Parts: sequence; structure tokens; C-alpha cells
Amino acid sequence: MAHLLNTPFVPSAQTLRRSPNLPPGARISGRRGRASVQAKIREIFMPALSSTMTEGKIVSWVKSEGDKLSKGESVVVVESDKADMDVETFYDGYLAAIMVEEGGVASVGSAIALLAESEAEIAEAKAKANSSSSSSSSPPPPPNTAAPEPQVVNVASVAVAKPPPAAAVASTHQASDGGKRIVASPYAKKLAKELKVDLGRILGSGPLGRIVAKDVEEAAAAAVESNVAAGSGPAASSPSPGIQLGTVVPFTTMQGAVSKNMVESLSVPTFRVGYTITTDALDALYKKVKSKGVTMTALLAKATALALAKHPVVNSSCRDGNSFTYNSSINIAVAVALDGGLITPVLPDADKVDIYSLSRKWKELVDKARAKQLQPHEYNTGVGSVVNHLDLVPQDALGPRFDSHQVLSIPWVHARGPNALDLPDLCGGGALQFAWILWISRGKVSVTTHEVFAYILRIEQRTIEDRGLKLVGTFTLSNLGMFGVDRFDAILPPGTGAIMAVGASQPSVVATKDGRIGMQNQMQVNVTADHRVIYGADLASFLQTLASIIEDPKDLTL
Amino acid sequence: MQASLSLSVASHASPAALARSNHSSASFAPVNLRFCGLRREAFGFSDLKQSESRRVCPSSARRWKAAVSALASDNGSAPKSFDYDLLIIGAGVGGHGAALHAVEKGLKTAIVEGDVVGGTCVNRGCVPSKALLAVSGRMREFQTEHHLKALGLQVSAAGYDRQGVADHANNLATKIRNNLTNSMKALGVDILTGVGTILGPHKVKVGSSNVVTAKDVIIATGSVPFVPKGIEVDGKTVITSDHALKLEFVPDWIAIIGSGYIGLEFSDVYTALGSEVTFVEALDQLMPGFDPEIGKLAQRVLINPRKIDYHTGVFASKITPAKDGKPVTIELIDAKTKEPKETLEVDAALIATGRAPFTQGLGLENINVATQRGFIPVDERMRVIDANGKLVPHIYCIGDANGKMMLAHAASAQGISVVEQVTGRDHVLNHLSIPAACFTHPEISMVGLTEPQAREKADKEGFEISVAKTSFKANTKALAENEGEGLAKLIYRPDNGEILGVHIFGLHAADLIHEASNAIALGTRIQDIKFAVHAHPTLSEVLDELFKSAKVKAQVSSPVSEPVAV
Repeated sequence: MAHLLNTPFVPSAQTLRRSPNLPPGARISGRRGRASVQAKIREIFMPALSSTMTEGKIVSWVKSEGDKLSKGESVVVVESDKADMDVETFYDGYLAAIMVEEGGVASVGSAIALLAESEAEIAEAKAKANSSSSSSSSPPPPPNTAAPEPQVVNVASVAVAKPPPAAAVASTHQASDGGKRIVASPYAKKLAKELKVDLGRILGSGPLGRIVAKDVEEAAAAAVESNVAAGSGPAASSPSPGIQLGTVVPFTTMQGAVSKNMVESLSVPTFRVGYTITTDALDALYKKVKSKGVTMTALLAKATALALAKHPVVNSSCRDGNSFTYNSSINIAVAVALDGGLITPVLPDADKVDIYSLSRKWKELVDKARAKQLQPHEYNTGVGSVVNHLDLVPQDALGPRFDSHQVLSIPWVHARGPNALDLPDLCGGGALQFAWILWISRGKVSVTTHEVFAYILRIEQRTIEDRGLKLVGTFTLSNLGMFGVDRFDAILPPGTGAIMAVGASQPSVVATKDGRIGMQNQMQVNVTADHRVIYGADLASFLQTLASIIEDPKDLTL
Repeated sequence: MQASLSLSVASHASPAALARSNHSSASFAPVNLRFCGLRREAFGFSDLKQSESRRVCPSSARRWKAAVSALASDNGSAPKSFDYDLLIIGAGVGGHGAALHAVEKGLKTAIVEGDVVGGTCVNRGCVPSKALLAVSGRMREFQTEHHLKALGLQVSAAGYDRQGVADHANNLATKIRNNLTNSMKALGVDILTGVGTILGPHKVKVGSSNVVTAKDVIIATGSVPFVPKGIEVDGKTVITSDHALKLEFVPDWIAIIGSGYIGLEFSDVYTALGSEVTFVEALDQLMPGFDPEIGKLAQRVLINPRKIDYHTGVFASKITPAKDGKPVTIELIDAKTKEPKETLEVDAALIATGRAPFTQGLGLENINVATQRGFIPVDERMRVIDANGKLVPHIYCIGDANGKMMLAHAASAQGISVVEQVTGRDHVLNHLSIPAACFTHPEISMVGLTEPQAREKADKEGFEISVAKTSFKANTKALAENEGEGLAKLIYRPDNGEILGVHIFGLHAADLIHEASNAIALGTRIQDIKFAVHAHPTLSEVLDELFKSAKVKAQVSSPVSEPVAV
């Protein structure tokens, strides 16, 4: 099944410098070309070959340790949930150390091998392979057991090979030889692997004491409960019931990312401007269109986007302190609280998409976010323009056919190295679209554009995260109104120009200009902006426009 | 004649090919002859009616004319010295196909059946299994919520009545059996009931005493499920396909020994009906025999997401049926080292390790024929070979009993080929043009060589091969059905456009393969067939695209016939 799709992997930004003046692991600030003087050891990652792929199996290493690789050569064949694919290298060098052996499984994004630039560095790379596996918990230990997760080992063989711990009584199956053998049905085994339940600890309730699916499910549920009861559960995913006071809990990946972003934000001079907006008309509109699936969030996003369209400077972003970019599209990121974290799904082109589609999109994003299935491009879009193109092309379309050498000859594909952050600068949207259509067509197989995108952006995201520069949409909305919060202010996410904090809409007594006193629903919004590019008057006029749109919201449903 | 000369230079020109080329040179422009010469084996049985007058060798034309004067329904007239022109032992699909064609050719024909008309296919094989698979396909659809949801459908919990399903299979078998019997009766084929035993040349005993004579005899006794040593079949918990098709119970957990197409189809049925399945496969890979790429993809769709696990590289050395409250036990040994590996305890075991030829009581010793691994040795014209390696005159063997290609339609094609020969037209069946299908959901089908086979052949004979693939995901009809999973694969010669093999995994693959198998049978080249038009939107466009994506260096071999203005 090889050769179905030749997907190149892109080694990450984690490059080691040899230069003595720099601490190991220091980031390379220059572009790749300039950095080429230094020797590098690059990690080869398990690529995401499909949008649903979470782990991949190494079918075979085409090259072995010590082999010289040249750009574009197949190095390894990876089996995903969909297909086997040849993975190529973008760099010349030597395959220094294989970290995941054939047959091993590694989760997407984890290192599977090291690539040394020169022969001399092979030893160094090998040492790195060993040390990285001992120093950090996530990269895989060497030979056979490769992936960080125990999924590496086939459960069936575990069940047979590993007797359960003495503490737990094994199945009472009469043929189980006092726990030496475990009899579990095929589905029970699959479930056990999925739910990470040790079959040896389960008492079978099936015929003759066999472990059946129900037993595994119950055991999994019980495990969660007991974790909660003991307070030893991983605080990461289910915090509310099982928080043990006085414990130190390491950040989850998501919390880590949030933390980085927040600290990063301190380097940006921000200021805030507030505004009170009457929402009677908006509320009335909402009542009318609610039945059509329109959400308040979508209405607010739409209104904001329409206002932004008139004030492009508020939708701009300053990245380097010397210049700023008028973003070509308006992508509204909306903060969503998750268990143990916060993410910001993005509504792309909110000014152009109609309110109904926007609402649908929003619902879909939230559902996915809650299920933690958001694709990188949906919650993290520093490369805003990329997102647009996803919507331009039918999701399941196959691109025209090209041969892989044609694809490799596209500068963009080469340029997608660890410095992928430069994407918007590197090429316009058209080139990008062209490039990934080619990418899809390389293996002449039906990989959806979606999947290719997920792949590109996953790499993108790694890079971005590695640099501590997790980016969000071009403008962010944060709404705490549903909690009754009447006003708050938000921290500006790095890489964007402004964020708007939306409070609850509540009835207020107001004096009108004609001297009467009346009741109006009012909502306070508070925009935080980057004062390097956005000035007070900009925000003020933006808010004025926004208020006029919300107070006369007929344009929202157009 | 120029053409036949060039053909005989080509080393593998068979007589049939010559016959064909004779006719070709007579009726078509010489440019077509290229086709025949390049094919390794001679023509398949294509479109016999139409071709009769053209394909029969001149020497046999007279005889044929005599035959054609006989009406198809009067079953010929008795030859001088024999009771029948043709006697067929075994009324399965192979025998039936041969009998029908024999009558059409004016032969007085009888068919001997020791059991029930229809043989394995109709009574214990393809036919009832299709009934069960029809049920499993629907169950599967009803059970996959996300699939239904994507179509906007709502179906409340689907359930089934085991007896109802079993009855459907049984009724279908009965119906097809009656159709088969009636079709032969209507044509005047004598159906002789009893076990047929060959007493000598031209002489067959039917039942205990009735001896009939015939000019030619076709053995079409078929096969029975093969049960390896050490396995005790009780028909209840340790069963073969014969029992499984009766669907007397649906076990919670069934082990299927063998992951060929029989095992695969049953895994589809059982998992749809709620069973969990464990495959035991002696080879290192599941689904041996399929093109590896197709097999791998099929495994991703048909095995991995279902409630199925498997043990590969192991033999089931001993299987004991359930009794006294004990489950079925299966002892597994390593296929190579023969060391004991594991013991499985399951509710039932289905033995799907293949089929063994059935030749018991056939009296092969009377004609000095020794079976090879149970199969009756035959040459490429299905003529039986005796223990001394000589042809036994007037005795042929078709179908599973000769083991060439154990498929119902292959048997039938072989039978027709034999009838062609005994009526004076030499004929060699091109087995590489015979399609095969596995009716899982989605289906798998194939014709010709697998990729490794093609590569081996290419290496040996020094030509290049290429592979083209298309996905069902790009097919409108497949997407409309929300069944975009699938792959079609073409293995061909880029130099001359010859189709070496086509493999399809996807919705209705079994129905789609015939465009490819017909092309192989007729020698149609890719550069020609790619101009054939397919209705849009249909699944057949998968093959259309497949042919179009092939890169053939050769030019279109013949201009499309006279343009017709509309």
C-alpha cells in the first residue's frame, strides 16, 4: 500500500545549535538559509496523514541508521488509520537514530527519528536520542516500545504475556489457569485498548467468566470514579469533582499554551476603551431568528465583523514592532471555556458569511471544541488567510493530478520548514491554494483538502507553539455575559490587534434626550487594543459603528 | 493468412488463437490481429451465439451445420452406439452450464445428480450466503448511526429474527434450485438421480444398477468443505459453511478458521448480526490471495473497526466442540515452529479453510486416473489425464473437482469450453479473464493477476508494468450513497496497454469488475476502452477514471467504427 500518498514530513523547529556561545536548544532566529552554517540535528516527526489520525504505525524504515538522505527521498513508510504512506525528507543529511522501530506506534507529532546534517553528528544525535528519552517523559524510549503511550503493545499479547498483578484477581474463567490466561472477547479487547483498561484486573461476567465489552466499560467507569474518590485523578481532564486541595498540578499542554500566551502579551502596550450599547433591537432580532438556529454569539461576531470592515486598522496586527499588517480577512476568534482550559475557535470571514451559516459553523466548532476535536486550523489560525482557502475549495474535492517531483519543485513546499510562521509573507493565498492542491494530488489518492490542511497546520501549530507564539484570529470576542458579568477586560492575545470583552445585556433605567426616563437593555463592551497600531480614536469610532449596527441590527441578517 | 503466420512465430499461439485469427483475418481488417497474438491464452467464451458461425474451424463447419438444425429444445437425437452424446456427472452450476450449452449445440445430454440439483453453489454456497449477506448489509446500514445521520435518516434500533433470516436464505436456495431444475427440464436434459460411477470409457453407472453410455463424459462433482486434521466438526458449535448457512444459531463469539473469502463473508454476516469474531489464519497476513494492497485496505474497513480480532501465522491444531458446559476449545500452534501458542475458548468455530474436491465413488480407478491432492488432473482443455500422464479420451473434468479455479462461474465456463470442443471447435478458456468477488460490505472483486504476480511475470518475461488507481471518494454516485470508501486498481503494461489485472474494493465492486474482465477476455486494450462512455453519475465511472488514468504509450489500435450521426 506504499506509494499511495507521498507526504513529506517537516522536521520541527527544535534544532540544536553547536555554536558554543549559545545555550543548547536556543532558537534559531534567522531564516533557514542563514542558519545553514550551523550543524543541526533535526527531529523527524510522526506526521499527521489524515485529519483523524492520532497515532501512526511504522510499517518499515526505507533507510537505516547511518544512511545518507537527500531531499525528497522516502525515509519511512507510515501506516495511518487510512493508508500507508511514504514519508520523505526535506533535508539532506544522515539518518542518525531511529527512535521508533518498525512495527512501533507513535502518536502524531512525536519524534520517530533524528536526522544529522553531517556524519560527525550522528553520535551526537544518538546521544540526544537517548537523553531526550530519559529527560523528558513524552518522547519515546528507544528500541521496541516507541510511543509515549502504552498503545504500542498489542493488548492481546499483553493479556497473554503479562500476568496481572497479584493484587487484582483475574477473571474467574475456569480455563484461565488461575489468572495466567485471560479470556476476553474480541470487542472487549478492543475496548480495553481504547479505554486503557488492564484486562487482568477485570472480572469477566460473560459466558464461563469471559470478559465481555460490558465488563470493560464498567471497569473503565469504575476507574474514573475511584480516581475521583481518591483524588488522584489527572486534574487535566476532569477537574471539577476530583480536585485535591494542596496538590501541585503540572500544566496540561493547553494550560501551558495559555500561560505562554498570557506572559507574551505583557510585551504589548495595550489600552482599553469601553462603550455601552443598547440591545433592545438586537434582543428582538435574536428572538425572531433564534428558531432558525442563530446564536447570540454569531450575531455579536457578525456585528463586530461588519464594524471591523469599516475600521480595518482595528483588524490589523503588529508582530515585530516595526510594521503592521492590515489583515486581508476578518476572522473572529471567540473564546470558549473548556474543562481545564480555554480555546478560541475561529469564525473565518465573519463579515462575508451570512448569519445562518455563521451560526451553524459556530455550533459545529463549539461541539467539536467540547469534544476536544477541533482541528488546528479551527482553533488556531495565526495564518488567517489560510483558513479562508479551506472554505474556498470543496472539502472532498480531489485536485488535479501532478507528479511528486512537480510538487517538490514548488518553492512554497520547500519553504515550509520549521519557519513556517512566515507563511503569509511567503506567498499569497493563491499560491498557497495551488500548493496544497498539488500536495493532495501527489499520491493520487483521495485525501481531502481538509486532511492536508490539518497536516499543514499541525506543523504550523507546533512551530507556533514552540516559539511561544500561539496566535489566534484577527479579532477576538470574549463574552462572559451569560454568567451575569456586567463588565470586565480582556488580555490581548499576542499577534492580534484587539479583543473585545462583552458583558451581560441587562435592563437599565436611562434618561433619554427628550427628558424622559425609560427602560432599555444595555450591554457594556470593553475593547483592549495594541496601542502601537490602534489609537484611542480608532477604537472610539469602531465602537460607535458597532453600537449603531447593534442598535439597528437589520443589516446583520442580510 | 499473413496474420496466422506471424502468430505462429509468437511461441505461445495456441490452436484456438489460430482459429480465432483465421476468422479475424476473414472478417476484420488485419489490424485487429495484433490482439490475438499478444494474448497468452486463447479466447474466453465470449458471445458464443454470435460468434459460432465465424469461429468454428472450416473443417468442423459441416458438422456444426448439422447440429444447428436440431432445435434447442429437442435435446438432439441419440447417436448410434451411445445412449447420450454427453453425460455430465454432477448437477451443480458447472454441470448446469455445460448441459445448457450442450443442448444449444444439439447434443443429446443427460446429467447425473447424486444429491440435489444445484450443487454447492445453489444449496450450500454462493446463493444462500448472498441471502445472509443481503441481510447483514442492511443491518449494517441500520446500525451505523453516523452514516444514517449524514443522510438525514432516522432509524430506531434495528433488530432481526434469526429464523426469518435463515428462512430467507433457505427460500432463496430452493427458488434457485427449482429454476435450475426447470431450465434443464424445459430443454429436455435428462436428469438421472443417483451417484454416478465411471465404469470405463463411455460407460457410467448411475445409482446401484442403471448403466448408461455416452460419447463424452464430463465430471463435475464439485467439492466439499475442507476440514483439516484434528478438527472435530459436530455441526452445532464446530461447523463448516454448510451448517453456517442454515444459521441455526448466532453465537456471541465465533472463531473463523481461515480468512479467505468464505471466512470474510461469514465475518461480515456474523458481526452484523451481533457476534464477535476471532480469525485464525495460518499465513502471516489476513486475506491471503487478495492483492496485498486491496487486502490491507479491506482489513482497515472490514476487520479493524469491527468487533473482530485475529491470530495470524497459527494453525488450529485441535478444535473440540462445546459439550458438558465447556466452550469450544481451539488449540493454536505456530504455523512454522509447530509450537503450541495459545488456547482459545469460544462459543462456536467455523471452519473456512477452503474446499476439498469431491471424487468419492466416481470410479476413477476404472479409467486409471490418480487424483493429485484430491483433484482430478486435467490439461488446459479440461481433458482428464491418467496416472501415466496420458489423456483419457472422451472424459473431461470441470469445476472444483479439477481445482483450476474453484468458482461456480469458472466451472460453468469450463463446461461450455468442453462442449465447444466436443462439438468440434477447439477452445481454451482464459482463466485470467474470470472475475472473482467477495460479497462483504463493501465488496471486493478482482480479475487477472495481483500486483506481485504481475511483477513476477514482468520480471520473468522482461516487460514493464504500471499501476493506476482511483478512489471511490471521487465518484459522485458513491458519495451520494455516502459510501466513498474504496479503491480500484489497474495493473497494466504501459507499452501496449494490456490489462493484466483489476482489483476493486468498494461499493458494488462485484458488479463493477465485469467491464474489466470482459476487456481481458476480449483482448481490449486500455487505449481503446478509455474511449468507451459511461453514464453519469454511476459507479462505473470509477473504472472509467481508472482506465483514463493509465498512461499507455501505444496509440489507439483501431479507429472507432463508422461514426453515426444523430
